[in-house]
Amino acid sequence: MKADAIVIGAGIVGAACADALSREGLSVRVLESAFAGGGTTSRAMGHLVVMDDSEAQFTLTRRSREMWTDWAPELPASCEDQQGGTLWVAADDEELRAVAPKVEFYRARGVQAELLDARALAEAEPNLRPGLAGGMRVPEDRILYPPAAAKWLLERAGARGATLEERCEVTAVEPSRVQTRDGWTDTGFVIVAGGFTSARLLPGLRIEPRKGHLVISDRAPGFARHQLVELGYLTSAHGTHDGSALTRESVAFNLQPRATGQMLLGSSREFVDFDDSINSRLRDRMIRRALEYMPALAGLAAIRTWIGFRPCTPDNLPLIGAWGEAPGLFVATGHEGLGITTAPGTGELIADLVLGRRGALDPLPYAPHRAMDGHS
Amino acid sequence: MRASVTAAAVRCDIAVIGAGPAGLAAATRAAEAGKAVHVLDEGLGPGGQIWRPARVASNNSAAEDWLARFRRSGAMLHHGAAVFEMHRLGAAWMIVAECGGSRLEVTAPQVILAVGARERFLPFPGWTLPGVLGNGGAQALVKQGWNVEGKRVVVAGSGPLLLPVAATLAKAGARVAVVAEQAPMSALRRLAPALALRPGKLWEAAGYRRAFTRCGARYRTGWWVERAIGSNTVAEVVLTDGRRRETLSCDLLCVSYGLVPNLELPRSIGVASRAGYVAVDDGQRTDVAGIFVAGEPCGIAGVDAALAEGQIAGLAAAGRPVEGSLRRARRRGRSLGAAMEAAFSLRPELLRPPEPTTIVCRCEDVTAGEIDPAWSARQAKLSCRAGMGPCQGRVCGPALENLFGFAPDTVRSPLQPVAFSTLLTSDSEN
Amino acid sequence: MTREPIERVRIQLDGAAVDVASVGSLAAALLNAGVASFRQSVRGEARGPLCGMGICMECRVVVDGVLRRACVEPLRDGMVVETR
Repeated sequence: MKADAIVIGAGIVGAACADALSREGLSVRVLESAFAGGGTTSRAMGHLVVMDDSEAQFTLTRRSREMWTDWAPELPASCEDQQGGTLWVAADDEELRAVAPKVEFYRARGVQAELLDARALAEAEPNLRPGLAGGMRVPEDRILYPPAAAKWLLERAGARGATLEERCEVTAVEPSRVQTRDGWTDTGFVIVAGGFTSARLLPGLRIEPRKGHLVISDRAPGFARHQLVELGYLTSAHGTHDGSALTRESVAFNLQPRATGQMLLGSSREFVDFDDSINSRLRDRMIRRALEYMPALAGLAAIRTWIGFRPCTPDNLPLIGAWGEAPGLFVATGHEGLGITTAPGTGELIADLVLGRRGALDPLPYAPHRAMDGHS
Repeated sequence: MRASVTAAAVRCDIAVIGAGPAGLAAATRAAEAGKAVHVLDEGLGPGGQIWRPARVASNNSAAEDWLARFRRSGAMLHHGAAVFEMHRLGAAWMIVAECGGSRLEVTAPQVILAVGARERFLPFPGWTLPGVLGNGGAQALVKQGWNVEGKRVVVAGSGPLLLPVAATLAKAGARVAVVAEQAPMSALRRLAPALALRPGKLWEAAGYRRAFTRCGARYRTGWWVERAIGSNTVAEVVLTDGRRRETLSCDLLCVSYGLVPNLELPRSIGVASRAGYVAVDDGQRTDVAGIFVAGEPCGIAGVDAALAEGQIAGLAAAGRPVEGSLRRARRRGRSLGAAMEAAFSLRPELLRPPEPTTIVCRCEDVTAGEIDPAWSARQAKLSCRAGMGPCQGRVCGPALENLFGFAPDTVRSPLQPVAFSTLLTSDSEN
Repeated sequence: MTREPIERVRIQLDGAAVDVASVGSLAAALLNAGVASFRQSVRGEARGPLCGMGICMECRVVVDGVLRRACVEPLRDGMVVETR
C-alpha cells in the first residue's frame, strides 16, 4: 500500500515533519538509517530560543517556540522540558548599548524580553562574575532533551498511523519515490530530512558540517538558573548583519542548566569536515571564554566531552521546501544550531507546502533553490 | 574551594600507565635499558590491584622483589595520577592526568598501557545496599586499613579471586560463612590439568583454602547470589543453586564475577580490540604507532602473563631484544588464563535480565525494566541515561553486555571526572 | 597477623570532629568510623564503596570542598569531609 509521504531521517526535523504531515491526515512512513534521534539530534543542547540574527530566523524561531510551548503540557518527563528562559549577557557598556534595541525588536514582534542592568543581572545569576554590564532576559525560552522530544513526535505521528523503520538506509531519491535495499518504492511526497545524508541523496545540495564541542558537568543544581549566552554568540554563529562570511573558528559562552542539575557548556564552531576527534585547543578556548563570565565554573567537575556537526548553509537559514522542478520531492535540513528549536515550524511549513497552502510562515526565505549549485 | 592552579609537564622516552605487575615490569626493564621512564598510577602506591600495599607485612616475595627492582631502576612514579585524556602531540603522545587536584602532562613518543582490569558486576535485587562490595573491592579496602574483625562475610560470585579474598578476610579476623562459586565443580575440575603444569598455583590455592577453612567457611560450587536484603546496609543474602535457596545473615557481602579489561583508554586513542581484548603483536605493539599494551587488556590471564608481557613491552619499547624465556612465560600464562576463563565462564542463569525493579545503572538509578533489550548501548544511554553518569558505563557496561547483549559505547574525554580548570592546558592563552 | 601500634588522626566528618586510625585511604577510615552511606543516589538510596579501586564513583565524598573518590584519597589529618 502506497504511503502518502515518506520522510527520510528520524531526527528532530524528520520527526516534526512526520508529526505535521500525519496531523493533516497523510499516511507517513519514516525511514531512518540508524535509530530515531540518534544522529545530530542526540548531540544538540535542546535550547529552544528565539533568535534575531535575521527577520526570517526570528519568525521561524518564534513560531516554533510557540508550538513547543503549546505542546509542553503533553510532553513526557523524559523530555526534561523546562521553561527557565535565556539570559543574553552583556560584558561591557558597549554590548549593553546594543541590548535596548534588541529588547524593542523582540517586544515589537510579540516576544517578551526585558533589559537587565548590572544589579539585576547579578541577582538573576549569582555565579556570574561581578562587573558584567547587564543583559537581556527572554523568559519564555525553553530547554528540552532532544532525543526524547524526537521520539515523542514520532510516537504522536505513530498514533495517527505513521510508521517508523529503523536501520533502513535510503540509497537514492527521486520525485515521489525512494530506493532502499528492497528496491524503489513509490509514494506521493518524499521529504529528505536526513541531515548530512541529505547532501548525498540530493546532488547539488550545499551544507557543510560545522563542528561544535559540548562539555557536561556533574550535578550542580542551582549553579545557573537560565540558559546563559554571551551576546557575542550571534557573531560566532551567524556572522554579522552586514553579511560577511561565517567565521571559520570561534567560541562563545553558552551554559545550560539541565533538568538533572548538570551544567552543559558550549559553544564552539569550526569547519573541519567530519573530523570527530576532540579539539583540545578549541575546547580550552571555549572553557576559558566561559570562565571569563563564570569563574566558579572552574571548580565544577566535567564528566564528558562530545562533539556534533551542525548542518550549516552559507546564509545560516535552513533549507525547507521543494527540491528541483518536478513535484514530489522536498528537503528539510541545514538548520545549523537551531534544529531542535525550529523543528516544529519546519514541520508545519513542509505540511503547508505539500498541501499547497499558505500558512503562518512565508516559505521564501527558506527556499532550497538558493542553495542549489548554479544559484547564487 | 580548591581550584587547580599548579600544573606539571614532563617529557620522557617511555611513559607507562599503570603500576600493577605489568606496568612495573615494563617500566623496570625499559629503565634498566637506559631509557627515561615515567609511570602514572592512580592508586595510593605502586602494585596495582593485585600487589596492593598493605599495613601488614606481605608474604608475597615476587611483589616485593619487583617493587624493589622497580625502585632501583630509575623509573619515576607519579602515584595518585588519574589519567583522563590522551592524544597525539606531533610525533609523540601527551598523557594528561589529574594528580591531587593539579594537572600533570607527560609527553613521550612511546607509551605502554598497562591499565589492568576491573571486576565484573552483575546486578541482582539488593546489590546497591551499603555492605555489598566487589571481592577485589573488599580486599582493597581491607588492605587500605578497613577493620573487618568479627564481621560475618559471604564471599560469592566467580573466579580465582574468591579464594584469596576469603583468605585475606579470614586473616583480618572476619568470619567467612561461605564462599559461593557459580561455576559447577565439573568446570573447575577441568582446570586440574592446566594447574598441574603450574604446581605453584595448586599450592597457592591449597594455602588459601586452609586459611579460610580454619574459620568454618565452605567452598560451594554451583551456587550464586539471588538477592541481598537489608534496610540501610546488607543484613542477609539469599543464595541459590537453581533449585534450592539458602538465606544467611551477614554484615558484608563480597560479590563479583571475574574481571573485565580496562579498554577505555586504549579505545579512546583508536587502539583496535578483538573479541573484547586489545590486539597486539609479538612485541606487545598495537596498530597505533607508539602504543604498546601489556597485561589484562590483552586477555585476562593473571600475574604471570602480566609480568611477561610487561617485560616484553618494556624491552620492545626500549629497542632491546626480548628473551625467549619471556615469550614462553607469556604463552604459559596466557594458556592458563584461557583455561581459567573457560572454567569460570558464567552460567546461563546469570546472563538473564534481572527483575525489572533491579537497578542496572547505579550512577543514574536506571532499572532493568526501563531498558529495551533491542537497543544498542548508545540507544540505551540516550533513551534512559544508562551509562551517562560519572563512571561512564564502567560498572553497568559489562552488565548491559552480559544481560542485554549491548556492545559497549566509546568513552570520551575526560575519562575520569575532573574540574573544568584541570581540562585547560597550561600554555594555551589565546 | 602482625599488629603495629597505629597512629590516629583527626578529621571533620559532616561537621563533627572524629578520631580515626591512620589508615591508607579515606574510604577505609570512614568505614572504620561506622559510615555506611557515603552518598545518596539519584533516587535517594544510601550508597557505599563498591569497587575499592576508583572506578565506580560510589564512594565519592566532598573533601575540603571538592568531590573526591574516597578509596583513592589518602587520609590526612585535618581533612574536612562531607558525605552526600
